Amino acid sequence: MCLGVPFRIVRIEGTKARGVAFGLEKEIDLRLLEEAMVGDYVLVHAGFAIQKIDPEEAEENARLFREFLSEAR
Amino acid sequence: MPAYSGSFSPRLDEIVSLLDREIRSPLNLMEICGTHTVAILRFGFRSYFKGRIDFLSGPGCPVCVTAPEDIDRILALAERGVTIVTFGDLLKVPGSGSSLAAKRAEGCAVHVVYNPLEALEIAARTKSETAFIGIGFETTAPLVAALVEEIVTRRISNLSIYPLLKTIPTAMEHLLSRMEHRLDGLICPGHVSAIIGEKPYGFIPARFNLPCVIAGFEREDIAAGLLALLRQIKAGESRVENRYGRVVKREGNPRARELIYRYFRPEAARWRGLGEIPASGLTLRPEYEDYHILRRVPVPVLPGREPAGCLCGRIICGLNSPGDCPHFGRDCTPAHPLGPCMVSSEGSCQAYYLYGRE
Repeated sequence: MCLGVPFRIVRIEGTKARGVAFGLEKEIDLRLLEEAMVGDYVLVHAGFAIQKIDPEEAEENARLFREFLSEAR
Repeated sequence: MPAYSGSFSPRLDEIVSLLDREIRSPLNLMEICGTHTVAILRFGFRSYFKGRIDFLSGPGCPVCVTAPEDIDRILALAERGVTIVTFGDLLKVPGSGSSLAAKRAEGCAVHVVYNPLEALEIAARTKSETAFIGIGFETTAPLVAALVEEIVTRRISNLSIYPLLKTIPTAMEHLLSRMEHRLDGLICPGHVSAIIGEKPYGFIPARFNLPCVIAGFEREDIAAGLLALLRQIKAGESRVENRYGRVVKREGNPRARELIYRYFRPEAARWRGLGEIPASGLTLRPEYEDYHILRRVPVPVLPGREPAGCLCGRIICGLNSPGDCPHFGRDCTPAHPLGPCMVSSEGSCQAYYLYGRE
């Protein structure tokens, strides 16, 4: 129930934003994360951005995944 | 390039090596969050480490821990003509007999929403008494607070909430102080921590001398969390460690917490399986009590009944595994669930049914 989906913010209007995830665009409520900016990745829970996602840490996971893929080849 | 050796990550190799050479196993580890239970089963961690790590589920599925008597009161509100607005997870969860899904089939007004603020449009449409069922942990509580904020500022007269919000650290403390099993470490929830940060878990190492790690939900996140736990166990350390730093900041989300406590205050809450725990729930502050549906439409609390022979209450506390229940996979399946842990997509029983049967 505490599911969170990472969205990339593409537009901000006041306390509302439009975000994209998996090719889907949705409205996101920004009142819990006012410092969010266009281009940021945010974790969205039930329509609200609850935290920014650190792109470097996200990249670290992607690197490990690529490592695994090259090892498995 | 190394040949594929059957393990799927360098972190797993290190975990296996620690278990083989340096740590006395089997280990008992508890994951609090229901989404972690699903991830551990779905990605095969449970079967991969069978006999070496026992994963115990904790009270981290909000609808599973909602007491049957609280579900009964929601059903009573629906019967009295209140329009119920809820997250979909709650629909099929049984109270002492019936469920919201059954009430809806009988003609009661029950609306399922993705975002709590959708309740505003529903109330504007129905014009009759409407209640949003606020079930969830700290992740969801700020969203319910945002709904209260909207109701108050827009002066909406026919919309109120039923606050059944619960807080995780209070329940963990209660559970750990009554734990019947030996525990070696804890995996702390990811998205609850995005709100509360690292500090509220400090009592786990301080009072119970247990290592605990905040983890994410991808396969590599679980591997990273397990490895961090095992390294602490090997070193004889116990501290709060955050391995989900891309989302969980040390201080959490202070703005979200400020919004929660602007409208809510801690109060005793009833948990399925755990009973009443002081200060483990959130209810409306005195100045906003008029927005509590029970102030407008009072319904009595009657003693709730668990489904006969259902072990959900013990499974929630990590005292039993779904396979111990005589109903599991026989007369209790996701299509015909008896207890909440089989109903919810993050309940332990449903996760074991879908991913964990051997």
